[in-house]
This record gives sequence, C-alpha cells and structure tokens, in this order.
Amino acid sequence: MITLKDVSKTFTLHNQGDGQSGAVIPVMAGVSLSVAPGECVALTGRSGAGKSTLMRMIHGNYLAASGEILVGGLDVAKASPREILALRREVLGYVSQFLRVVPRVATLDVVAEPLLTLGIPATEARARAATLLARLNLPERLWSLSPTTFSGGEQQRVNIARGFIHPYPAMLLDEPTASLDAANREVVLSLILEARARGAAILGIFHDEDARARVCDRLLDVTGFTPGLAA
Amino acid sequence: MDGAEMSIYARMKGAEPLLSVRNLSKFYGSRIGCADVSFDLYPGEVLGIVGESGSGKSTLLSCLAGHQTPDEGRIAFDGRDMIAMAEPERRRLARSEQAFVHQSPRDGLRMGVSAGGNIGERLMAVGARNYGAIRETALDWLGRVEIDGARIDDRPSAFSGGMQQRLQIARNLVTAPRLVFMDEPTGGLDVSVQARLLDLLRGLVRDLGLSVVLVTHDLAVVRLLAHRLMVMKSGHVVEQGLTDQVLDDPQHGYTQLLVSSVLQV
Ligand SMILES: Nc1ncnc2c1ncn2[C@@H]1O[C@H](COP(=O)(O)OP(=O)(O)OP(=O)(O)O)[C@@H](O)[C@H]1O
Ligand SMILES: Nc1ncnc2c1ncn2[C@@H]1O[C@H](COP(=O)(O)OP(=O)(O)OP(=O)(O)O)[C@@H](O)[C@H]1O
Ligand SMILES: [Mg+2]
Ligand SMILES: [Mg+2]
Repeated sequence: MITLKDVSKTFTLHNQGDGQSGAVIPVMAGVSLSVAPGECVALTGRSGAGKSTLMRMIHGNYLAASGEILVGGLDVAKASPREILALRREVLGYVSQFLRVVPRVATLDVVAEPLLTLGIPATEARARAATLLARLNLPERLWSLSPTTFSGGEQQRVNIARGFIHPYPAMLLDEPTASLDAANREVVLSLILEARARGAAILGIFHDEDARARVCDRLLDVTGFTPGLAA
Repeated sequence: MDGAEMSIYARMKGAEPLLSVRNLSKFYGSRIGCADVSFDLYPGEVLGIVGESGSGKSTLLSCLAGHQTPDEGRIAFDGRDMIAMAEPERRRLARSEQAFVHQSPRDGLRMGVSAGGNIGERLMAVGARNYGAIRETALDWLGRVEIDGARIDDRPSAFSGGMQQRLQIARNLVTAPRLVFMDEPTGGLDVSVQARLLDLLRGLVRDLGLSVVLVTHDLAVVRLLAHRLMVMKSGHVVEQGLTDQVLDDPQHGYTQLLVSSVLQV
C-alpha cells in the first residue's frame, strides 16, 4: 500500500552558506520500505534522524529529491498537486504533531471537515465527528468552541479525531499519543488497532515504547538512511 | 484495494481545466507587468498567488478577468478562447459565469443602493425579473454571508468593513459563477473578522464547487484557503505547487526569503 524505492531528500538553503548555490544539506538517502495493508510499522531513530521528514515526503508536504513514493498506486514524488490532494482526501490520512485550523471554526466542524470534502452530508459528518470526540473523552461543552485555545492534549485529540474520521486505506501518525493521559492514550491505541484490523497500512512515529510494542508489527530505524550516520 | 484507489486518478484524468493560461504577458511600455505565466485551474480548485508589492499579481488577475488585454499568450475558459472572443460575448460570459471580488468593497458594491438591491441587481443582470423571487434569493444570501436579514434595506455605507466585504461576496456569488477572482479579499480587515470570512469562503468553495484565483500577500490566508500556490517576483512565476509544500519546503531562494520573513504561518 505504501512503498518507497531509493528515496532521497536534500534541503538547499539559497540564502545561507557561501557562494551562489547556498547551503546544500543531504538529510536522507537510499530509503526503501514497504507497508502492507493491515500492517503497522514504527519509524525509529534519534532526534534529527529524519523520521518526520520521511513522513512529510510520503504526505507530499516535502519534495523528494529522487526515488519513488508509491501510495495506493500513485507516485507522490512525481504526482501533480491535484493528484496529491485527491490522495489526501480519499486514501491517505495524516495525524500531524500540531493542529492547524481556521480560527473561530467550531471543533465539531473541524473534525467533520474531511467528510464534507468527500461529499458526505453535513448532518451525518457532524454525527460521526460527535461519536469520535465522545470516544476520545473531549467534553461536549468544548465541541462548539474553536480548538485554537485548547490545551495540548485536547488539541491532539481533535487532531486524532480528524485523522480517524474516515477509514483511510493508508495512514501516517506523527506522535499520536505524545501529550495524552493514560485513559486517552488507551483510546488512541484502540483506534489504531481497529484501523489496522480493517486493513489500513499504518506508518507511525511513537516515542512511547510500550505503545509501539502494542500496536506495531515491526520497527524501522531510519538512522540507516541518514547520510553520515549510517553504521 | 489498489484498484479502487487507482480509479480516483482515472476519474481525474478525464476532467478538463476550467481555466487554462499559456505564456501570458502584459507590458506597460518597457516595464514588465507580468511575463510568461502558464497554469491550469480545475473545477473546485483555489489557486493562491503571492509575491511582493509590484510583482505583477493584480496585473495578472486583471488580464485573466478581461479588465486588461494581455500583450501575449492565451486564456481559455471552459475551452473557449477568451482573447479572440468578441467583446459582447466576453462580457456576457464574465457577468454570468465569472465574478470579481475587489480588495475594497467600495469598488465592488454600489454604495448608494440597499444591501438587497446590491444582490438583486446582479440577478437582474442575468435575466431575473420576478421581484418576490429576487428578494427571497437576496435574503437567503444575506443569511449565507451572516448578515441579519433585517438589514436588507440598509445601504452598505451603514455596514462595518467586514459586513461590506461579506455583502460584496454575496453580490458576486448570487449568480452562481463557476470562477471567482479575488484581489486581497481579507485585506484591511481585523484578524477575527478575517477568520470568519475565511471560514465562509472555504464553505462556499466546498459546497458550490467554485474555482478561485486568489491574490494576497498574506501567507496565512493562502495556507488556509488555497489548494495550490504560485509565487511571483518581478512579473515572473518563480515557483508553483501544492500550497503546504511550497510554504514548508520552498525550492526557490525568493520563496525561502518570503516564507522566512514572516512569523510561523
Ligand atoms: N524544512 C526544513 N528545512 C531545512 N532542514 C530541515 C527541514 N525540515 C527538517 N530539516 C532537517 O532534516 C533533519 C531531519 O529532521 P526531522 O524533523 O525529520 O527529524 P526527526 O527524526 O523527526 O526528529 P525528532 O525526533 O526530533 O522529531 C534535521 O537535520 C532537520 O534540521
Ligand atoms: N497601469 C499601469 N501603468 C504602468 N505601470 C503599471 C500599471 N499597473 C501596474 N504597473 C506596474 O506593473 C508592475 C506590477 O504591478 P501590479 O499592480 O500587478 O503589482 P502587485 O503584485 O499587484 O502589487 P501590490 O501587492 O502592491 O498590489 C509594477 O511594477 C507596477 O508599477
Ligand atoms: Mg519529528
Ligand atoms: Mg495588487
């Protein structure tokens, strides 16, 4: 479902470094990996090794310098913006570390939005959003408020609800349990296990080792893809 | 599973762009307004255009909307050549299928006419005649842009800046255009009013399947509204792509400067 072949990434900072070409920073090279439907794979490696960078390339947020990134048959490394938008809408879910939303929009609508873009009627989309928010123990009095003023853990649960509202066949999870208490962490782990059981291909970053052990089928250390760090 | 996913791309392959622009240039004497601009815009897409003051954003927009004639290049709207088209036909098309939201509501509204009249006038321009139906539609649109229906007979001069801008949007969208041009639609409004307008525009784009070309200097606005982004400098497009990709992983030195010179967007 997710297959990378010999992917590399460099950042060229044009306004830094000396000379005309700026500073060229190679951050990943020779990345090949594959995640099958119904499989959950954890990316590991020390801070700065490139875990988030790899995930952002699969999401189409960072441009790959070379290689192939196949998600559900689309090569994200060469796809047009339009194709990547369709991929994100229908195939590839993403729970990022931070929530980014239009200020003043109610939490319930923030969570329902991915369904609205799929053409699902607003009443049904909101009902599904409510079910998920309730399951994540987000107090109902917060649903009509914008999440911009929420605590870190509340925002994260809104983000998770957005990522799990549609049964995406492929999912990227960047630290989904980072700022949650024990009870909510359990809810998120069960959401991940359910997604895996229905056949989603999941790639995640978990600093929580116990969480990783419970939901992931295998680990993939990205250090081997970090130029200058590979053993 | 892969078969089903593939079909979404197959579905897309068949779609035709609503607006197709090739090698568009406009010169003011020896000065470049915009040069060699090319892009395709598909139904339901919002294209953001950013760049420093004087980079050619408004020039490009006014050529696209037919307010100026480009010196070179081609513009096709729904497959029809907009430059070769006879003027009356172009005007009719611009009135019925396109709309232009100005930065200043004063340029897009008739300040001496009531709010309802501002909306109704557009409907009449495309052939509506029934007074009751026109007023009904005007009321419905005031509601959609969150203006109290009781204000229908007030003139826009009695409205706040944010309300005027929402009225301008209602006036432009009431005829159900397929393509909307916007030049700094949230400029000059305070931040919380901007947020509400952004949310409104997002909902309208999604529910009506509008295509939008949006000029702004505000990267936070394009981040939230535009699917794709085009960066202009000195009349030229220096970079274009998926909005979040261009903002988070800019490839051109100018875009990197633009992104790094604002606090986190
Ligand atoms: N937009 C960017 N521009 C320049 N360099 C970047 C950019 N994004 C990431 N990097 C660099 O790429 C490298 C990998 O960063 P990344 O965020 O992927 O690490 P990580 O493994 O997720 O670390 P952490 O565990 O701390 O989140 C770092 O050296 C980082 O500075
Ligand atoms: N009517 C005109 N006559 C002569 N030069 C013009 C005219 N309109 C624009 N220009 C010039 O064309 C260039 C592009 O101007 P334009 O208004 O398109 O910039 P812009 O990107 O919209 O800037 P801003 O962000 O300040 O609105 C500038 O150098 C400007 O001085
Ligand atoms: Mg990271
Ligand atoms: Mg301008």
